Amino acid sequence: MTKRILIVDDEPNIVVSLEFLMKREGFEVAVAGDGEAALREVEAKKPDLMLLDIMLPKKNGFEVCQTIRANPEWRAIKIVMLTAKGRDTEVAKGTALGADAYMTKPFSTKDLIAQVRQLLENS
Amino acid sequence: MLQGWVIASVSFAYLGVLFAIAYYGDKRADAGRSLIDNPTIYALSLAVYCTTWTFYGSVGRAASTGIGFLPIYLGPTLMAGLWWFVMLKIIRISKANRITSIADFVSSRYGKSQLLGGLVTVIAVIGIIPYISLQLKAVSNSFTILLHYPEIVMPAKAAAQPLLQDSALYIAMILAAFTILFGTRHLDATERHEGMVAAIAFESVVKLLAFLAVGIFVTYGIFSGFGDIFSRVESVPKLKSLMTVADTGASYGSWWSLTFLSMLSIMFLPRQFQIAVVENVNERHLARAIWLFPLYLLIINIFVLPIAVGGLMHFPDGSVDADTFVLTLPMAERQEALALFVFIGGLSAATGMVIVETIALSTMVCNDLVMPVLLRWKSLRLHEQHDLSGLLLSIRRWAIALILLLGYIYFRAAGEAYALVGIGLISFAAVAQFAPAIIGGIYWKGGTRQGAIAGLLAGFAVWSYTLLLPSFAKSGWLSIDFIREGLFGIALLKPQQFFGLAGLDEISHCLFWSMLANIGCYVAISLRVQPSVVETGQGTLFVDVFKRTAGAEGSRFWRGSAQVQELLPLIGRFLGPDRARASFLAYARQRGLSSIDALEANPDLVHFAENLLAGAIGGASARVMVASVVKEEPLGIDEVMNILDEASQVRAYSRQLEQKSHELEAATAELRAANERLKELDRLKDDFMSTVTHELRTPLTSIRAFSEILLEDPKIDLEERKKFLAIIVKEVERLTRLINQVLDLAKIESGNAEWHTANIDLHEVIEESVAATSSLFSDKRIGLDMALPGNVPKVRADRDRLIQVMLNLLSNAVKFCEAERGRVTVTLSAEEGEVRVDVKDNGSGIGEADQNTIFEKFRQVGDTMTAKPQGTGLGLPISRQIVEHFGGRLWVSSELGKGATFSFTLPLNGNGAERREERAEK
Amino acid sequence: MNRSILTGQRLAAVFLLGFVLFNYPLIALFNKPAKLFDIPLLYLYIFAAWALLIGLMAWVIESRKD
Repeated sequence: MTKRILIVDDEPNIVVSLEFLMKREGFEVAVAGDGEAALREVEAKKPDLMLLDIMLPKKNGFEVCQTIRANPEWRAIKIVMLTAKGRDTEVAKGTALGADAYMTKPFSTKDLIAQVRQLLENS
Repeated sequence: MLQGWVIASVSFAYLGVLFAIAYYGDKRADAGRSLIDNPTIYALSLAVYCTTWTFYGSVGRAASTGIGFLPIYLGPTLMAGLWWFVMLKIIRISKANRITSIADFVSSRYGKSQLLGGLVTVIAVIGIIPYISLQLKAVSNSFTILLHYPEIVMPAKAAAQPLLQDSALYIAMILAAFTILFGTRHLDATERHEGMVAAIAFESVVKLLAFLAVGIFVTYGIFSGFGDIFSRVESVPKLKSLMTVADTGASYGSWWSLTFLSMLSIMFLPRQFQIAVVENVNERHLARAIWLFPLYLLIINIFVLPIAVGGLMHFPDGSVDADTFVLTLPMAERQEALALFVFIGGLSAATGMVIVETIALSTMVCNDLVMPVLLRWKSLRLHEQHDLSGLLLSIRRWAIALILLLGYIYFRAAGEAYALVGIGLISFAAVAQFAPAIIGGIYWKGGTRQGAIAGLLAGFAVWSYTLLLPSFAKSGWLSIDFIREGLFGIALLKPQQFFGLAGLDEISHCLFWSMLANIGCYVAISLRVQPSVVETGQGTLFVDVFKRTAGAEGSRFWRGSAQVQELLPLIGRFLGPDRARASFLAYARQRGLSSIDALEANPDLVHFAENLLAGAIGGASARVMVASVVKEEPLGIDEVMNILDEASQVRAYSRQLEQKSHELEAATAELRAANERLKELDRLKDDFMSTVTHELRTPLTSIRAFSEILLEDPKIDLEERKKFLAIIVKEVERLTRLINQVLDLAKIESGNAEWHTANIDLHEVIEESVAATSSLFSDKRIGLDMALPGNVPKVRADRDRLIQVMLNLLSNAVKFCEAERGRVTVTLSAEEGEVRVDVKDNGSGIGEADQNTIFEKFRQVGDTMTAKPQGTGLGLPISRQIVEHFGGRLWVSSELGKGATFSFTLPLNGNGAERREERAEK
Repeated sequence: MNRSILTGQRLAAVFLLGFVLFNYPLIALFNKPAKLFDIPLLYLYIFAAWALLIGLMAWVIESRKD
């Protein structure tokens, strides 16, 4: 069964690159441009993994993460946080809110793919 | 007929009551519940001032001089007004130094000089003993007169009576016994006698009541009121003259000098010093005494003149001595009980004076005369005695007995002689000699020991020559020639017309010459000689008593080494070992030590020991004794001056310190505020860095991702390859723009930006900017209108920078306008002193809350929109900086949904620009 | 302490007043063989001035607030 990945980022060019990478790896890909759209997307069809940016319009990545983890049905969704702010506090905050992994922009595409694969295999 | 035994037993009963009060007072004091810790009792005990000389003598004086008796009481009333300063200071000093008598006070002030203490004692004894005789005589006479009731018989010459039948002898003995019982019950460190003071206060009440009783009886019993007495006086020319004083300069002069003399006496009579200073329980009591004591004096004097003139009218033949009117008037009216009451009143006036005066004198004789001699007398081996407290007590007891004996002998010798009658004022004049040394000593640090000795000796000599010896001569003990002709027949040396000064009464005459000699010598010698180390130290302690904490600095003038094992036995020898041990233990406990052995023999302890000893044997002897067991290292005068300087510097420092700490507090508050601001700035900087980082990482992310994709995957088709490369190029451009703008802003903010200022035509600037952005407009198909009048003056600014501003505003306008429906209007206008540019769009507009934040760095209004706006968020902040650099303003006016207008102005004269540039150069 | 000094100054002022009242020349003004309320003028004056001084001192002392 094909794993479904939801990409949440407000930078169109980043979305394009992520979409291309994930599709190339054979995943089913959905896209959301802001926090609210991301939650709507999750509700519509539960993804197996989310690539979640933090600096998002309307609802930021932390809030989205928190909402998802608060819902028992969505516990299984793996969350990889992406952020351009490399501060340790942000990493700690993301982890505390229930993110499974954390990647700092700009990331290595290889590392990202490896991280995504590892998370999906473990589940 | 009053039997002798009746009078005697009433007298003894009265003395018994006194005894009981004194005993009760002492018991209460021992129990720690002082009977005399009360301002009214303090004020009443001060009325020991009123002796038989007041009780009987005032009437006598009034009968001969009219109201001339009053200055003796007006002086103390006036002086009471100054007590707040003077007496309070003396009391404070005495408590701090455990002063035991007026001689001790003078001696302590001038370097604990034994010589001065002795001198003061001698003057006091010589001056006061006749005064004591006067009391004995008054009691003896009143007893004799009363014994003959109802007949009025003036007493014969006392000397004529056989010694053993002389009532005065027995009175003297009884008083001696009474004084010994209550004056020397134990040696106290503060030399206070609470029971005795209570008894004295009681006596003050008795004598006042007795005198008022006579006054009321005479005024309203014999006569019918003041008016009656004074209207009868009208008819007697001799009496009428008593109602006024002679209207001459000399008369006013003697009025003044009597007032002045009594002002000094109320301070410096040994009994007044004893009661007011030594026996004072609490210095706050002084306040009430300031008005209550003068009130007492006023009340006791109201009836003096009526009794005097009443007596003169009642005994017109002069057979009855006016001094006895107080007693003889009730007797003449057959008022047996009243007469007896008056006798008791007189007895109380006499006993009060004799007891206090004798205690004061005996303390002085013991501490300042006998002890110094005994302690020097090596053959007595006093140093080997373990307990000298018994010896001290016996010395005092013998001194009391001796003083009363001397008083009695003087009384027997003088009899009715002039020497006794005038002795009240003569005594006053004697003690007045203490005034310069004491008043000078507490207000003038420059007063020295030699000055005080010289002043006292000179004043005492003049007093003896002009007042005492003439009184002897008038009594027939000396040739009267020396008064009439002067010493050795030299007219200038006539004792009562010294240097030919005539026209003054003898008291004023003596007061003038003795004070002149006394003050003159005191001041002149003090100014000539350098005070010794000890004198300087003591002088400062006395004069600055209010500025120093009690006792704290006394030890500063001492340096040396001592042993507790030596000090304790020394104190024990004088106070008794038990009392000494108890005092040391209390001292140790006060310092938080558990036992005497833990005490360190430092200067403080030596000072404490010396003070303790001073309370028993006087300051001068105490110093000698303590010096005998401690090893003192003498301080040089320079060192003492240093200590004094230090002390004043310490005070100055502490004031400065206080001020500094206030300043420091203020500075701390400022610093705290500054710190808050810095923290805020730091936080802003942190935010800025974080934002810049974010803005850099975002394009980098795309660039890296697509670069890696392209690198790894050669199979990507050309179309996609092109798309990805275009993204990379675009993101690189974005990155470049961002870096440029950040650097640009940093340069402008730090003042390092280059400005090429010239006269600029805004018309051109706008057209050029519009041309540069035309592709933006055409891409989104947004309309652009321009209103550019041709006559707008040039401004001084940087052309490229202004184009940068215009580009930013135009691209912003385009960004927020909807494609196709958007419309942007650029308007140029000249206003008063400035040129204005408006860029108006019909886009989404900016909410009021955001109108300020858009000018902050990286604050785009993006959060309100679905998608992130394009741009770095630095354009507007940079534009505003540029416009402000040239002295203009940049602002926005907008309403949400109704478009926005960004406007900026530039000043026409360009002064603003130059000003700012100058500042930037600096 | 300031209050205390103030009290002291008031008392000193009473002292000065008394010194003037009890001395030449004021006393000479009343040194006449006249009578007021059947009482010799000088005698009455001195006692009145005396009482006034005591009253003032009592007022100064008892009204102080320290």
